[in-house]
Amino acid sequence: MQRRNVLLWISAALVYLFLYLPLVIVVVFSFNDSRLNAEWVGFTWKWYGKLFHNREMLAAAMNSLIIASVSAAVATVLGTLAGIAMHQSRLRLLQVLVLAPIAMPEILMGVSLLVLFIMVNMTLGLLSIMLAHITFCIGFVALAVQARISSMDPCLVEAARDLGASTWCCFREITLPLLMPGILAGGLMAFTLSIDDFVITFFTAGVGSSTLPLQIYSMVKIAVTPEVNAVSTLLMLLTLVVITVASRLSPAVVQGE
Amino acid sequence: MEITALLEIVDVSRHFDTFLALDKVSLHIKAGEFFTLLGPSGCGKTTLLRLIAGFDQLDGGDILLDGKSILPASPEHRPLHTIFQNYALFPHMTVAENVAFPLRMAGIAKKDIQARVAEALEDVRLPDKARQYPDALSGGQKQRIAIARALVNRPRLLLLDEPLSALDAKLREQMQIELINLQKDIGITFIYVTHDQSEALALSHRIAVMDCGRIAQVDVPSRLYGFPNSRFVADFIGKCNLLEGKVRDQQGDCVTVELDGLGIVYVCRSETKPAIGSRCALTLRPEKIRIAPTVRPADDESHFTGHVHDLLYLGDVTVYLVTLANGVLLETLLANSASGRANFFEVGDQVEVAWSCDAGHLVLD
Repeated sequence: MQRRNVLLWISAALVYLFLYLPLVIVVVFSFNDSRLNAEWVGFTWKWYGKLFHNREMLAAAMNSLIIASVSAAVATVLGTLAGIAMHQSRLRLLQVLVLAPIAMPEILMGVSLLVLFIMVNMTLGLLSIMLAHITFCIGFVALAVQARISSMDPCLVEAARDLGASTWCCFREITLPLLMPGILAGGLMAFTLSIDDFVITFFTAGVGSSTLPLQIYSMVKIAVTPEVNAVSTLLMLLTLVVITVASRLSPAVVQGE
Repeated sequence: MEITALLEIVDVSRHFDTFLALDKVSLHIKAGEFFTLLGPSGCGKTTLLRLIAGFDQLDGGDILLDGKSILPASPEHRPLHTIFQNYALFPHMTVAENVAFPLRMAGIAKKDIQARVAEALEDVRLPDKARQYPDALSGGQKQRIAIARALVNRPRLLLLDEPLSALDAKLREQMQIELINLQKDIGITFIYVTHDQSEALALSHRIAVMDCGRIAQVDVPSRLYGFPNSRFVADFIGKCNLLEGKVRDQQGDCVTVELDGLGIVYVCRSETKPAIGSRCALTLRPEKIRIAPTVRPADDESHFTGHVHDLLYLGDVTVYLVTLANGVLLETLLANSASGRANFFEVGDQVEVAWSCDAGHLVLD
């Protein structure tokens, strides 16, 4: 029995090492006082300092934040409505329609959105990226809201109506506050998905609308510099914080993904 | 002039696909009454309650409050409130906010709301729980808050959907007494749904027994128990022996019945006037049967010999299942009042049973 336990621990450790070692390396080398990702020379903050003087990088980061905030906000509103509709409607097709963009290969989404934008003569830029991000974020918010709503006691809505609340009042006073953790968790999920999306953004971004992932990719094409490590570390930190908040709000949602 | 009913239910029907949940149900509920809808699960009692509350649409018939149809009104415009089985307290509001909810919806001024909430919490003896959230309350406390919330703006009618079923036996009994007193004090009409016949008998002024979407019988508890109008009601309310037989003769309110396998018995002060030759069943409550080694029957008693087939010691009483001639089983009970003895009889003992001619009640097919 003891032997099996030891083996289990070793295999678990190896799996986690495999998962997290690359991330740890990126973080560690972002503090390495050397241009090469080869050996540890000494500790420094200078790559982070350089980052904040890199105009292109700052512009890309700003774009990413704007896109992620707007897409998450819009997707949260639409996704919440979709989640409620999915719960109330007996139409199975609705579920499929809302959730299909999640299951669709990203490359397909990217290409088809690009074709659409060209067809309607839309200039590629922040707006096209936002529209693209909203389409795939709605599904995630809808899932989070639906998970929350199906765990809600249907008697509460009836009780509110019974005690004199109109349909709208009941939604505002009962349904919305009770769904709020699910809505916020869904919104935060949408934010993280949007901020680190590469494939779909790659197809729908135009000239001068680079996002952080696109910027990192273009830098890596030359070499993985310590600056890339630094920006990746910051991105990782942001995602981690957001996901932690989301999982506190609605554990089931994040675990379900 | 006849006093009109507070709530009139007229020929109400409700289908769910092909299932007939309510089949032309009609009831009159008087003002100030504690009225109970009693029946096994699936009999339509909750469906009827939901129709009265307005959560569901009926397929036929009408529901009138003070002589006016309430069908056009949506739930929030009906002057009645529901107590749900799971209480349905709003988990994101404090106890005080929960109780204030119906007042707020009715557009009552803020300063009046505070006073009335405090008063309502005082009435259910939980004034110190105002700032707590429902999660922090026990089952019985949630129950009382649900009642306070439903009564705070004085509805005409209170609908209660099995409100005590989630409580344990001791607490349930205590809450039953509280409900009776509350209803007496405030005088609001209660319509109470339950599948628990003893609860219905204990609480109600009148009971409607429902079966398969129909009303089987409406009466006061003592008459339902003493004079059931069908095998179903006799069997559903309390414990009952049903002895099958045939009507042989009838004179005045005395009926001669030939019970299958047992022979002739007399039923006097019969409420039913059966035709001679018709099939019937004699309903006999266990506590109305005398059981003894030798019963020495009086003139007006029927008596039979049998032996104890099984016994159930319940503490205050022991239930004896007695096999009579031809395998007829009779359930009887004896109070264990003699000290120092667990049971009067053992399995296999020969015993005699007797009952007086007005102990039983006839139900017809």
